[in-house]
Amino acid sequence: MSATGKPRSVDRRRFLTDTARMAGGCAVAGTLLAYLARDARALPAEALRPPGALPESDFLSACIRCGLCVRDCPYDTLKLAELGEDGPATGTPYFTARTVPCEMCDDIPCVEACPTGALDPGLKNIDDARMGTAVLVDQENCLNFLGLRCDVCYRVCPVIDEAITLEPSHNTRSGHHAIFSPTVHADHCTGCGVCERSCVLPDAAIKVLPTRLARGSSAEHYLKGWEEKERKGAPVVEGIIDLPDRMPEIPGTSSEVPAFEPAFKLPGGGQ
Amino acid sequence: MSAKTRLPVGQEAIQLKGWFNAHRFLLLRRLSQAFFLLLFLLGPWFGIWWVVGTLAGSRTFEVLPLTDPLVLAQSIVAGHLPEVTALVGAVIVLAVYALIGGRVYCSWVCPINPITDAAHWLHERLGLQKGWQPKRTTRFWILGTVLLVSAITGTVAWELINPITMLHRGLIFGMGFVWALVVAIFLFDLVVSRRGWCSHICPVGAFYSLVGTKSVLRVSAVNRVDCDDCMDCYAVCPENHVISPALKGKDGETPLILSPDCTNCGRCIDVCSVDVFAFTHRYDNRAKKTVSTAVDAATEQAA
Ligand code: SF4
Ligand code: SF4
Ligand code: SF4
Ligand code: SF4
Ligand code: SF4
Repeated sequence: MSATGKPRSVDRRRFLTDTARMAGGCAVAGTLLAYLARDARALPAEALRPPGALPESDFLSACIRCGLCVRDCPYDTLKLAELGEDGPATGTPYFTARTVPCEMCDDIPCVEACPTGALDPGLKNIDDARMGTAVLVDQENCLNFLGLRCDVCYRVCPVIDEAITLEPSHNTRSGHHAIFSPTVHADHCTGCGVCERSCVLPDAAIKVLPTRLARGSSAEHYLKGWEEKERKGAPVVEGIIDLPDRMPEIPGTSSEVPAFEPAFKLPGGGQ
Repeated sequence: MSAKTRLPVGQEAIQLKGWFNAHRFLLLRRLSQAFFLLLFLLGPWFGIWWVVGTLAGSRTFEVLPLTDPLVLAQSIVAGHLPEVTALVGAVIVLAVYALIGGRVYCSWVCPINPITDAAHWLHERLGLQKGWQPKRTTRFWILGTVLLVSAITGTVAWELINPITMLHRGLIFGMGFVWALVVAIFLFDLVVSRRGWCSHICPVGAFYSLVGTKSVLRVSAVNRVDCDDCMDCYAVCPENHVISPALKGKDGETPLILSPDCTNCGRCIDVCSVDVFAFTHRYDNRAKKTVSTAVDAATEQAA
């Protein structure tokens, strides 16, 4: 648009105000969009990403929301988040363990299908997937913890005896039974959610959580003496044999270590 | 001539060429829009998985990958280097639209187009005012903003609100709240801004117009000497500023519509009773020099 007889400065001023106005408008719109983008980053705890999914912030830049992973999942595990759902970023794939867990296909078709690498093609062995981590969240309702032998979560786990084991311990309530507590080993748990899906309770006592929620982290400087000892093949500090044992003080007695008396004796004498 | 200009748009063309010929490209276009949608729906509806995915990314016959280049561009500026499959898919799409005109996507493929067209139809029916008409550069500013926000937030930002992919995904995977977005665009075009969304706001359209700047397929005002100034083409064209330079060009100036804003919808060809416009390629600069008798026939018939 060259000036038609108008002084150049008018044109330039118009150009400048127009540009300023556009830039202003875009700044406002852009800020709103950025705000939305920030909002979309909060992935709810019950929504799990497919196997191989990049860390959430990378995933959001990589996934083009095409749905190819969803289509190629033979178990209809994956869903695309819909607009208006208070869930994962619109259009991105996720699954809910309690509804349909990931069956951990050997050939990982979802990863195979992803054209962008949002699901990392470097994932070759489904046992290496880390979609989340199972946690036995409710020991008070878990049937095994109540001393019953439910064991369902343990038996359905595709990585049985590695990702989840049953740890026996004495049942102090009955006194002569064992408790087999389902115990997840995060190093091997893929977060597939099969255990959560299969839990027989109305609300699962074992749940798969995003690993950031499921786990703490160990302090970097903290060395586990027994591991160090094993690595070294000898005591870590020479000369230290043992530390004195302390027992809790019992009210009304001196701080002397009392002779141990079981509080409850089995009828018939037991051992 | 005033009596003639009051005729409803396209009436003359219908009289002279017949209803079908006066709607040829409109019908083809609707067929094409339905065809591309159906391709994607064959799978979910009938279990025929020729095409899997959505407009953002798809796989045809298990081999051909196609990727929306703008979505991928956002992903790249957001800091992700995509796998080869997605890149190849985007290059194929870019190459095709660079050849046939970027905004062919808008008029022949995009699922939002029938909605904004419907809004425009009703707008004309109700005889509403133009309303707010933002500058034509607005959409390019929005396009820039979208890429900038993607880069800053590290997300595929436009996909948070892009009604095109959302509607497409909604139709294929399940709707959610998307219908509200569609209604919003319809109302925006109907009462706020005539042809507001596609011609002024949509950054996808802006992107594709950049892609098609040098496209080979073009509409040309070959028979511009026959033009009787009925203005019907201006009335139907969604980007009618593209017409004048070609139609009103002097002898020696190209009759080609070279603006990348032209969507190659072919409506101008449809509604012109004297067949001024035709599809051709960008190296075809020929313009007819003598007035044909069709004009006389047209004026006689209209009289
Ligand atoms: S591994 Fe198999 S079941 Fe699990 S999400 Fe992928 S395709 Fe679906
Ligand atoms: S296939 Fe990849 S890019 Fe497509 S929706 Fe799934 S994760 Fe996203
Ligand atoms: S989520 Fe449950 S079933 Fe899946 S691997 Fe972990 S413990 Fe096993
Ligand atoms: S301008 Fe945008 S919404 Fe309109 S047809 Fe083109 S891509 Fe679709
Ligand atoms: S000039 Fe013709 S083909 Fe181009 S957008 Fe306008 S009506 Fe459609």
